Amino acid sequence: MNVVHKQDLKIFIACAVLYAVIQGLICLEIIDPFWELNIVMICINIILAVSLNLINGYTGQFSIGHAGFMAVGAYMGAVVTMMWEYPFALGIVLATVAAGVLGALIGLPTLRLNGDYLCIATLGLGEIIRICILNIEYVGGASGLMGIPRETTFTNVFWIMIVIVFFIKNFKNSAYGRCCLAIRENEIAADTMGINTTKYKVMAFTLGAAFAGTAGCMFSHYFFIAHPASFTFMRSFDVLTMVVLGGLGSMTGSIVGAMLLTFLSAALSDFPEWRMIIYSITMIVLMLYRPQGLFGNEELSKEMFGRLLGKGK
Amino acid sequence: MENLLEQLFQQLINGVSLGSIYALIALGYTMIYGIMKLINFAHGDIYMLGAYFGYWAITGLGLPFLPAIVLAMIGAAAVGIIVERLAYRPMRNAPRIAILITAIGVSFLLEYGMILFVSPQPRTFPPVFEATVYHFGPLVVNSQQIIILIISLLLMGLLTYIVNHTTAGKAMRAVSFDADAAKLMGINIDRTIAMTFAIGSALAAAGGVLVGVYYNSIDPLMGMTPGIKAFVAAVLGGIGIIPGAMLGGIILGVVEALVAGIGLSTFRDAAAFLILIFILLYKPAGLLGKNVSEKV
Repeated sequence: MNVVHKQDLKIFIACAVLYAVIQGLICLEIIDPFWELNIVMICINIILAVSLNLINGYTGQFSIGHAGFMAVGAYMGAVVTMMWEYPFALGIVLATVAAGVLGALIGLPTLRLNGDYLCIATLGLGEIIRICILNIEYVGGASGLMGIPRETTFTNVFWIMIVIVFFIKNFKNSAYGRCCLAIRENEIAADTMGINTTKYKVMAFTLGAAFAGTAGCMFSHYFFIAHPASFTFMRSFDVLTMVVLGGLGSMTGSIVGAMLLTFLSAALSDFPEWRMIIYSITMIVLMLYRPQGLFGNEELSKEMFGRLLGKGK
Repeated sequence: MENLLEQLFQQLINGVSLGSIYALIALGYTMIYGIMKLINFAHGDIYMLGAYFGYWAITGLGLPFLPAIVLAMIGAAAVGIIVERLAYRPMRNAPRIAILITAIGVSFLLEYGMILFVSPQPRTFPPVFEATVYHFGPLVVNSQQIIILIISLLLMGLLTYIVNHTTAGKAMRAVSFDADAAKLMGINIDRTIAMTFAIGSALAAAGGVLVGVYYNSIDPLMGMTPGIKAFVAAVLGGIGIIPGAMLGGIILGVVEALVAGIGLSTFRDAAAFLILIFILLYKPAGLLGKNVSEKV
């Protein structure tokens, strides 16, 4: 127990150092605004990827409706800060709660499905959420919600990301998380062993959806705008790709996947017409040669994990 | 009251013609799913390619409508085979999720490859025949709708014949029923799957050309939403079941037309997904269920 704690502390210190370095570089203007934007995007994408990994990787429930929950968070946060004029912190909390509640409401009926059917149902629900938002005049309808204050900074998005990553890591290692893993391995066996499968599936789904809401809130408060077109199923696919690329069920994998794909699409932004082509070819080739993802469903070793966190972002 | 009925019938007519196009795309989805258990997300883009092949055949080669649609189908079938050969065949034993990601990758590649190649601007599809409007009492039907319906029905009839009465169709049914057993019986699985992709892609291409004719406009991203919706149609009718895809397509088209008809056109897409979710919750095997009909 003590060892784990020490390990966590080390990683935490590594994160703090990493934060100090990047923040320093931003202050000294060595990292220009374009890369600062992408670093923020990396943090947001890591939140999305690890939360989707909780649903898809750990619990084995195949969801591709993540963009819908992200949209709920983005709009909820914007409504709180912009229209009700409450502080940003409350916006984040309410965005997280709103997306989580919706996740629970949606999860309860749909998680009875499995495999491809769940996949399609979540895809459909994500789109339904988006279309509903599109039709609410209060939040700007089809033209989106503009003029959201820029509250997201590298500092707050980084630390929120760290908190969420640690939360999900600890969740996985808790009794709840073990139940989720058991469900992934064999749902019927887990049920026979007395695990309330519905409860844990909905729990994982709710948590994943809630964190997607957090990410959405950070997203809309960085780009000044929440627009329904930002939350189509293409974004769900994006997040799914990050998770699968890194390796389903591997948290470090999700983090690396998110960093890699965000970095790739940023690095290619000078060649806009080639960007998506190279992106998609990378996706296909990686899957052809490494179908289980970069790390499979294993984590990097703890030492490497710390080193990676120190090196990567 | 009479007016309302007229409205209803008018929307039914519009819905059936739109739905038969969904059905054409859904057939490919359902066949490929039946045989490989793969949601081929790139299928909607094959439909887009088909529309472009048709466009080039008409404007570039100056072909009339029917040869153009045949040429588009052949072209799309070739693309389908190439995609299967290069992207899916090497992954025969990979986890299904990896194949799914590959399919998403292929979809992006086709979409953005076309954007690079033909620019993202929509193009006007040439009018291939005069749009004559027929009046049946108060109802309005134009010749395009009739042609769409006739061609769709012809193609569906042809497909049903191929699947049920030819050796190739028998092989397809066998592979989708039990791939390992089919292999033991000497069926060449790779060739059968390639054939399925060819037929499915050809049908999607026909759908693409028909949509081009109907809406007069094609663009490289036109396949995204219809692709997903055609998949909804396939699930609605029961995935893997050929008559199910036809039924699902028509139902989807009619429902969309009705929702648009009562003035909720912005909720049109949501209606499709809502039906999907109810079907999945109450009858996950789809309307025609798996045990009732044959699957491919």
